[in-house]
Amino acid sequence: MKPELVFQNWPLFLEGLWTTVHLTALALVVGLCIAVPAAFLRLNRVPVLSPLVDGYVALFRGTPLLVQLYMVYYGLSQFDWIRDTWAWILLREAWWCALITFALNSGAYATEILRGAIAAAPRGELEAAKALGLRPRQVDRLILLPGALRRALPQLGNETVFMLHGSAVASVITIQDILGAGRHLNARFYLAYEGLLTAAILYMLVTLVVVTAFRALERRYLRHLRMDSAPRTRELPAMR
Amino acid sequence: MLEVLPFLPLLLRGTMVTVALALLGLGLATALGAIGAVGRLSGGRLSAVVVRAYTTLVRGVPDLVMVMLVYFGGQRMLNDIGALAGWDHVSLPPFWAGVLSIGLIYGAYLTETFRGAYMAIPSTQSEAARALGLGRFVTLRKVILPQMLRHALPGYANVWMVLVKSTAVVSVIGLGDLVGMANDIGKSQREPFLFFGFVLLVYLSITWVSNRVFATIERRIAT
Repeated sequence: MKPELVFQNWPLFLEGLWTTVHLTALALVVGLCIAVPAAFLRLNRVPVLSPLVDGYVALFRGTPLLVQLYMVYYGLSQFDWIRDTWAWILLREAWWCALITFALNSGAYATEILRGAIAAAPRGELEAAKALGLRPRQVDRLILLPGALRRALPQLGNETVFMLHGSAVASVITIQDILGAGRHLNARFYLAYEGLLTAAILYMLVTLVVVTAFRALERRYLRHLRMDSAPRTRELPAMR
Repeated sequence: MLEVLPFLPLLLRGTMVTVALALLGLGLATALGAIGAVGRLSGGRLSAVVVRAYTTLVRGVPDLVMVMLVYFGGQRMLNDIGALAGWDHVSLPPFWAGVLSIGLIYGAYLTETFRGAYMAIPSTQSEAARALGLGRFVTLRKVILPQMLRHALPGYANVWMVLVKSTAVVSVIGLGDLVGMANDIGKSQREPFLFFGFVLLVYLSITWVSNRVFATIERRIAT
């Protein structure tokens, strides 16, 4: 073991950490922006659009993130007509391919999470909103969405960790994220574990920060449910 | 579309590798999950601490990192142990590195699934079994386990769904699974879109079939 090499190369890991964190954060934010309208489209059926959303969710939740990334990074560049459009400015960059793929993937999972949370809205809230004379649109925006976002907090926390871990595949398409830094160190000094072990520890630390942050959010926004007294275990995001 | 046909045997072989990897990984994960749950539930303080450390640490690491750590680190560890024990060179093939890492990761999740299922059964059940004069083992086999099955199944199905997709990352360490095959063929044929599209379809079918199977089992158990 040569841990000193890790410390000597700390800027490499710091850069990797930054790449992972902001790539994941951006993907999650864009994903949530996709998920809000998509979740309502799953529940309030609209011709054409709703089936499209169903297909999108099934495709992205039913296949591996790595293959989705390959599809965007390698697959799309095979077509000349894509290379000729403005989209090519983004799609030729590994970083944008990763962001687009991760955002679409996270959006599909978040759609299902939000859909469940919206469907779980207490009937009383809806009846009260109707009694106050709110229009359906207003009910969605003022009553259902804020409540659903609150209820979905624990699962959104799991999804955040899932995306954080999933983002490690970005290193396969040359992005220098945390894992990329670890592999770089290993390759340069011909090591077996040091770089990967450092990467693993960094991922654990970020996971810990995310879990703690979501606990704090839950304590604040789910206080009425006394979530802090209930034991919580981290689960995989529900697939079915 | 027809360009896929000549490569169908190769892709099919890759699919078999993927399915075998997933099934063996699930087997190992189930064993580890069962051991972990027993360690947390009935053991002493030490075993509970060990299991907690295992589940917490493993769930903090991405699957791809675990796969690489097991493959590269595990190879080095085997060599070091081999040097001490005086073995010949032992190699860790990507397939078994994949089984090992997938088993390790999802064993941690299944520990929680099984523990939750056990805790969902009221203690009066085992008390009643005791009162009827059943032994510890019979109580577990005839009273607790059948009821645990019902509680554990949704979580177990979910772990399987995530696990299947996790197998894709093992292609990164050079395994000729479905993704690895499609990657090689797609690049050599300059048709990556087509071959990765095929991969997406295969995964979608696996997901769809699994969904059906688990739904059927759940319906059977529920009645």
